[in-house]
This record gives sequence, structure tokens and C-alpha cells, in this order.
Amino acid sequence: MSSNYLDIIRPGINTTFQDKGRDHLYHIGIPFSGAMDNRNYLIANKLVNNNLDSAVIEFAYQGPHIKYSGEKINFAVTGDVIFSIKKKDTEIKGKCYISYQIENGDEINIISTNKSVYGYLALGGELDLKFQWNSCSINTKANIGSNDGKKLDIGQRINLKKINSNKDIKKTNYINTKIENIRVIKGTNFDYFSEEGKKIFYEKEFIVSKLSDRMGMRLEGPKIENIVNTNIKSEGLIKGVIQVPADGNPIIMLSDHGTIGGYPKIGVVASVDYDRLVQMSPGSKIKFKEINLSDAETLFKLYEMETQNLLSQI
Amino acid sequence: MIKNISNLGDAALYCDFGNEVNKSINSEVIKYFKTIKEKKFEGINNLTPSYNKLIISYDLKKTNFKEVKKFIENINIEDSKKTNSKKLEIPVCCHENFSMDIKRLEKILKLSREKILENFLNKEYFCYMTGFIAGMPFLGDLDENMRAQRLETPRVKVPKGSVALTEQFANIYTFESPGGWNILGNTPLDIFDSSKEDKPNLINPGDIVIFKEISLDQYKNYNE
Repeated sequence: MSSNYLDIIRPGINTTFQDKGRDHLYHIGIPFSGAMDNRNYLIANKLVNNNLDSAVIEFAYQGPHIKYSGEKINFAVTGDVIFSIKKKDTEIKGKCYISYQIENGDEINIISTNKSVYGYLALGGELDLKFQWNSCSINTKANIGSNDGKKLDIGQRINLKKINSNKDIKKTNYINTKIENIRVIKGTNFDYFSEEGKKIFYEKEFIVSKLSDRMGMRLEGPKIENIVNTNIKSEGLIKGVIQVPADGNPIIMLSDHGTIGGYPKIGVVASVDYDRLVQMSPGSKIKFKEINLSDAETLFKLYEMETQNLLSQI
Repeated sequence: MIKNISNLGDAALYCDFGNEVNKSINSEVIKYFKTIKEKKFEGINNLTPSYNKLIISYDLKKTNFKEVKKFIENINIEDSKKTNSKKLEIPVCCHENFSMDIKRLEKILKLSREKILENFLNKEYFCYMTGFIAGMPFLGDLDENMRAQRLETPRVKVPKGSVALTEQFANIYTFESPGGWNILGNTPLDIFDSSKEDKPNLINPGDIVIFKEISLDQYKNYNE
């Protein structure tokens, strides 16, 4: 029986354990999964002195309300998140990007993500979770990963295997930036679409639909007309691929996507913009901007350097 | 042979083997897939073989399009490469409890239930690829007169084990999932088992599958 644990008073809407994800499994139909917003995942772990590939609690929109039991431990929340910390009779408003210390009986109440989708809660220690294919990431569709591949539920208890001895309080001044344009690279079926359709894709605004989740982001807006074939022979997908089915509304593949798809690919989101794309909540406006491969590679390199720089300063 | 290599976004190679769907092209894809997988090139994190394409995705922090392309262009694919394919018998029950789309198939194919089953059962199918959902095999080819389109409106929930048809292919829903294929029966076998990490898929690309009919009683007693 572990003496350090969390009790879930309220699970939130879509709360899962996530880590770096799992690779080398597309060919059997298992997607990458892992934390949606990789930069915020890494920062959360660094703020509590964890290894950068440790498991965290990912939540979307409304987060979990948790009661902690055990010896002193640090925690941190990243993203654009509203939360509070309850200690005995006082409740304080929490701030993202700073670690806090909690002790036996304290509660963390993650109320919501603010005009964004995903937030991360990292605890300074090691959660006692089942690993499948070197990852504890929960894939609720295939029921793979920790927690029997299911979302966190009310009344659940999560044990900690170990607590970090380094309990230094850390902080960073990171601010989540929003981008108006999502940069994309031309897809392999770009020429399936009419001249008008291509123009619409790059010039018009699309709205993120409510039917978006860890698998995909559906967009609404002007229809993109296909003039060749609304189906292709099924072939592999990767995250960021923008497929346009017969109804003309684009769908962007996200981290839990099906590994094979049969709709034409009009574009692929540049890796540099993925973390910010997944944070666009339903109702947000999206505009696509075309870039070429070499610019996409350079931009990602700069983004990655910035991430490493941020982490090294924590 | 790969006819063309292009980029799919900034973190994947799109290897095109042509537009036709047949066993010989697909066997080429599988040969490439197996050879590349064994070479363990630093940075490649996924390979997705399909009918006539191979997508190679990589970690942009470790490598890039130019490096992976060069590696693929210079790879030596051995013709003698063993595919290790298996022949598998899959029990399927086509009782009315399971064959949800038999009436639709009778109408579209203009064939009786008996004829449809006769055409479908006891024949060898080739596994072209697995995926979409974990472990789902795409098996072909159905006879010309057995080819039906997807449902106009896909089902929100297709039961686990459903054996279903679309165009020249049959597949098996490895767990409950949305789907639009024509359901002909159900297998009591576990086609995907995530507890077997080294071999979660019963059926793999290159394997041969034969469907054998079982009765409802045999179905019910199968896992006992």
C-alpha cells in the first residue's frame, strides 16, 4: 500500500495520463498519442524536477479536482489554466509556470483552461502507472496504456511510486502565444481540388468545430471542392495531415489519429505550429498559410532551440 | 519498385509504388517495410505500409527529409527476403444476429445469401495492410461480383469481431469502433490483443486468411 496518493474528487472532461507517446507501431494501427502540446508537457516536468519524459496528467477544458495524501510534494500546472489550491481552511488562486508544495490533505482544483484546450499537471515524483509499448499514454479509442486505456474517473486513487527529494521551487515566465495563421506544406493530393478550392484553402477563414478531440480537429467554413475523386486508396497518415472528405470540410489529424485514411490530403501542418494548433478551442478562427519544406525545417529548428532554451533556464 | 519519393509535411517521406492495387505491388511495399524496419535508421519513428504506398515518418529533431530520402534511395532490398507469412483460418459466424448488412448485400450484389456466403467462405485472402484501428486487417481480393460500396452513413458503433466487406476487400473490426463497411458476420477470435506487446496482431501484412463458417452454438462455445 502506497502512502502517497491522489484521490480524484472530480475527473474533469477529458483527463488522461500522457507522456512522450509511443513509436514504431503505426504499421499495426497504433498511433503516437502522447501529450498534445509537447512544449507545455516538457515545461511541466522540468518545473517539478522530473525527468522530461515522465508521465503527467493532461486535461482539456475542465480539469480534475484532486485531493492529495502523503508526504510533501511539489506540483506545477502549465498551459493557460485557472486553478486553485486548498490548504486547510485557505484557498488560494494558483499560477501556471511555478511549482508549489502541497502536503497531506491539500487539494488542487483545476477549474478550466482559458481560451485554450489542453493543460498539464505534473507532480514531483513518479506516478505508479502501467506501461504499454514503453509509454503510459492513454489512448481511449483502442483502450491502450495506463488506467486500462480509459479516462480518469471519479473516486479513483492514483498512487505515487516515488517522490522527488529535490523540492526546490522553480518558475518561468513563459507566455502561451497565439498564432493567427497555421503554416502548412502542400499535401500529396493538393491537385485533387479545384482552383477555387485551393484558393479557399489558403485565403478563407475556417472555424474549429466542437467535434474535435485528441484524434482530430474538424473545421467548418467554405467548402473545398474536389474535382478528381473524393476517395483515395487507403494509405498511411501522420499527425498534422489535413484530409478533405466528400463534404468539403477539412479534418486535421491529431495525436490519436487513425493510422490509415482514404480521404485526399490537401496539406500537412508544419511541425513548428502543432503545439499551438492543438490549443485552438472550438469557435477559434484558423487561416492556413503555405510554406515550403526547407522553411518548415528551419522554423522547427528555431522552435526546438527556443524550447531547449526555455527548459535550460528553469 | 518505388516510383517516386516526395515529402508528406516536414516529418515524413511519401514513397509511391504506383496507383494499382495488387499483390505483387503490395509485396514490394512489404519487402521495403521489413528491410527498412530491420535497419533501424536513427530518427525514423514509424513506417506505414499500405496497398501501394509506404509512409516513413521521422523525428525532425534527429533527422530530416534529405537524410532519410538518401537512406531509402541507397537501401539494398533483397529479393530473397523472407516475408514470414502465415496461413490462418478465421472462424466466422454468419447467423442473422451478426450479419447486419446481408439484406443490403443481397440487394446490391443481386445474389442470394447462400451464394454470397459460398463466394466468400473457404477462399484465400491476402493481408495487404493492418491499421486504421489497431490490428484491423485489410484482406483481398473479393470476387468481382462481391464488391459493394460503403454504407452511405457509417455506423457509430460496429461490434467487435465484425467481418465486413467493401469494394475488393474484407476486414475485421478488432474492437468496437465507428465504421461504414458491410457487415457479413462475426468472429469470436481476438484479432488484436494489446497484452501481447511483441505480437498484438493475429494477422499481419503478407499473411493468407481463410474464413471458415461456424454455427451460432459453436460461436457461443468458442471461448469456453
